[in-house]
Amino acid sequence: MLDPRCAGGTGLCGCPRDGRRIRSPARPRLLCRLPAALIVLLLVGGCSGGVLDPQGPIGAANRLILLDALGIMLVIVVPTIVAILLFGWWFRASNTRARYRPDFVYSGGIEIVVWSIPILVILFLGGVIWIGSHALDPFKPISSPDKPAEVQVVSLDWKWLFIYPDQGVASINELVVPAGVPVHFSLTSASVMNMFFVPQLGSMIATMNGMVTQLHLAADKPGEFYGQSAQYSGGGFSDMNFMVRAVPQDAFAQWVATARQSGSALDRTSYLALCQQSKNVSPFTYRSVDANLFDAIVSQQLPPCPGPNVEGAGAGVRSRTER
Amino acid sequence: MFGKLTWDAIPWSQPIPLVAGSVVVLIVLAVLAWVVLKGYLPYLWHEWITSVDHKRIGVMYTLLGALMLLRGFIDAIMMRSQQAVAFRAAGYLPPEHYDQIFSAHGTIMIFFAAMPIVIGLMNFAVPLQLGVRDVAFPTLNSTSFWLTATGALLVNISLVIGEFARTGWLVYPPLSELPYSPGVGVDYYLWALLISGVGTLMTGINFVTTILKIRAPGMSYLRMTIFCWTALAANLLIVAAFPILTATLGMLALDRYLGFHFFTNDAGGNMMMFINLIWTWGHPEVYILVLPAFGIFSEVISTFSGKPLFNYRSMVAATMFICIVSYMVWLHHFFTMGAGPSVNAFFGISTSIIAVGTGVKIYNWLFTMYGGRIRFTTPMLWSMGFLVTFTIGGMTGVLLAVPPADFMLHNSLFLVAHFHNVIIAGVLFAGFAGITYWFPKAFGFKLDEGWGKGAFWLSLTGFYVVFMPLYVAGLLGMTRRLQSYEVAAWRPWVLIAGVGIVIMMAAAACQVIQVVVSIRRRDELRDETGDPWDGRSLEWATASPPPPFNFAVLPNVEGAEPYWGIKRRAIETQQLSAEPRYAPIEMPRNSPTGFITAFFSTITGFALIWHIWWMVALGIVAAYGVFVWFAWHDAVEYSIPAEEVARYDRERRRAREQWLAQHAEQPA
Repeated sequence: MLDPRCAGGTGLCGCPRDGRRIRSPARPRLLCRLPAALIVLLLVGGCSGGVLDPQGPIGAANRLILLDALGIMLVIVVPTIVAILLFGWWFRASNTRARYRPDFVYSGGIEIVVWSIPILVILFLGGVIWIGSHALDPFKPISSPDKPAEVQVVSLDWKWLFIYPDQGVASINELVVPAGVPVHFSLTSASVMNMFFVPQLGSMIATMNGMVTQLHLAADKPGEFYGQSAQYSGGGFSDMNFMVRAVPQDAFAQWVATARQSGSALDRTSYLALCQQSKNVSPFTYRSVDANLFDAIVSQQLPPCPGPNVEGAGAGVRSRTER
Repeated sequence: MFGKLTWDAIPWSQPIPLVAGSVVVLIVLAVLAWVVLKGYLPYLWHEWITSVDHKRIGVMYTLLGALMLLRGFIDAIMMRSQQAVAFRAAGYLPPEHYDQIFSAHGTIMIFFAAMPIVIGLMNFAVPLQLGVRDVAFPTLNSTSFWLTATGALLVNISLVIGEFARTGWLVYPPLSELPYSPGVGVDYYLWALLISGVGTLMTGINFVTTILKIRAPGMSYLRMTIFCWTALAANLLIVAAFPILTATLGMLALDRYLGFHFFTNDAGGNMMMFINLIWTWGHPEVYILVLPAFGIFSEVISTFSGKPLFNYRSMVAATMFICIVSYMVWLHHFFTMGAGPSVNAFFGISTSIIAVGTGVKIYNWLFTMYGGRIRFTTPMLWSMGFLVTFTIGGMTGVLLAVPPADFMLHNSLFLVAHFHNVIIAGVLFAGFAGITYWFPKAFGFKLDEGWGKGAFWLSLTGFYVVFMPLYVAGLLGMTRRLQSYEVAAWRPWVLIAGVGIVIMMAAAACQVIQVVVSIRRRDELRDETGDPWDGRSLEWATASPPPPFNFAVLPNVEGAEPYWGIKRRAIETQQLSAEPRYAPIEMPRNSPTGFITAFFSTITGFALIWHIWWMVALGIVAAYGVFVWFAWHDAVEYSIPAEEVARYDRERRRAREQWLAQHAEQPA
């Protein structure tokens, strides 16, 4: 079952908390049930499973920049909003105590201030942007003593194909990666544009036919994370999601071993069947993969997958709802 | 004979579009029948459909925008209700239908609701504020309007005949290319926008010419209202940006119709080029909408604070600054497409730099209120709602401009919440403020304040209840355009947003009731003076509604806020200025050119969508022929005799005499 982690919960705060890192132990549970929790939630994340609850270094660094930028701007946004409401209220026509100053239409001092404040903030923020963009470029490898695990990602209509070139296996709609080790993704699309996105691991990146994009992510510890396409890609888009299972090294080796012994082989013929449009595909694995398959897709030796209204659409895969 | 068009194009088996379509068709037929039976048709034809009067065209633009706003809002209701029920369930809208709805929602709201409302208000107010009789090219203006109406009509025809695009509102290839979208949906989109885009471009040319070349004597650039400045900036953007849209969509049309390979997967096409091009139009488009909105808020805040706009020159500078920088930011719409870090950083920084201009404006509005005597009428409430809400939206916008943050929020509901935050609070609130503000000028009576305030408070509340939860859902990783979803953590937020849309529905009902009630109570709400709000710029210096020629004698502008100066002088001296010598006025004749051209353009567009080639030829030849016929026309003007001009103006002066008598005791 493709249930996300909090699936059994009754709502935002009903998620099971066992085995999870608790960020702020003293956080009052009561707040979580009140509408006021919105602010708390925005600032500390929590039992959310979203981008404010990162489970890897990239996600954590992205979140830090997000919150830094938010903090920088709140410093001027909050006083501005307060001033708007205050001025509006105080200078209402019925307030006889407010002084009417119809000639107060220019002030050089104020002009300097109103240009300077935004400029200074943007100078500061510009630095954050410049440094952040370089430090967190999706193409940039994560520095780590461990050799990154290689995964080739192909977005198809409408499912995800994950090829493990070093292990020679592949999976559909389920991504299994070793925890604590950087993962290097090379991504392309078999047909239309999609976007590979695992919110809790961090950055997303586009997949496009005839092109390869790169992405480096890592999961701190074992866990299951929800992944999806973040770029609308047609009728089956809503079901184009997958679970990421980050597992210990030995469990990963075991998963590979199991995969090698079951399922069919992914060669060019079976790829053409997989290429057909199909929706809500149940996860499965391939015991072996044509070593050049990814390159053949990128170089378009294997032509872009066909669209709708083609004979045999959906062949070779089972729908999640059929089980 | 009829190309791809067969009876199967009508969705017989899908009850929702069929019923919705039939209801719309019946309503349109009923209105038409009512118009014909009541004998209003000649009046409509002579006074409105063929009118080249900028005020009439402005009203028609705004009406078109309001109707399409309702249409787009119905799409929004369907999307919110589908997501409310589609948690681990199919909901009531299958993907084929849901995908059309969100594509149509975006297309209609931007091109056929927001744009017509903004252009309508510019049409109505800019020539009046400049103190002139009409725009530079009145017949072209009418043609622009009718071509926009053509686009709106084509999009709505797709509801009943065929389908609309299922690609999102910007039809990204390769999804929008023939292999992946073989239906007529994308073609409806392309021809609707290509045709209405021509109209918008002509509007841009028309207004740039008008503002640069046609102003009342003494109306130097730095005496123009900020609304005129923002209109100038927006129309400069239109002139520069809309050709890009037309060329981009034209290339996509070549791909789809003639087998070209601009953006296809194969044969060397590159979809990234489309995405770059569409956003080089798309980001300036945001400012085409929001700059005039800023102008409206400037007028409203200044008028109801009883003060001139604070730091006027600074406002002009900020406007032109935004106008230029808005061309340097387009890449922030696709940071996640894999550009290098320096490219992303450049566009991230340039995007946040735009916030400088906007920030300056916010502070200037703030200090306009400081020391003012603020009257909280409906337009002022919309402006206050804008100031607070837009500040939040601007902040989330700058957050999205930070590439590492965007890597996690791109295409999420956070993004959706952000741009609704700026477009609803910026453009839509400005539209409502502007309509309420200028309505008495256009029709001679005010809109009912009670229902207007009700609409404001419900809209504001509804906005926050819909979109604040969507911000949270986006932070929880929820992407946009999901027909169904399986993540339990998203559900409460989606449900709250569903409640919010009900509040928005109540707000929309208030708006409709407001108009109906105001029309019924028009005698109580009547404004005789032409200056119901104690205004400051020239549009208030003439009668409400203004005569066809706007001003009996073109005003001689002697400073900024000319009408305020005239009023002060009148109060100080306790008399109106001496009666001028009236002269006959030459005005452009009404012309059916625009309507007929648009009629044949509609036929051309429809025929292109369905590959009915003989009809395409017929439509193009006829549409072009009408223009040639118009070009050979000699008698394009008529003269209004001096006596009639005098009659109009003396009536207004009588009302002003009464006003002066009432203000005798309180000199400035």
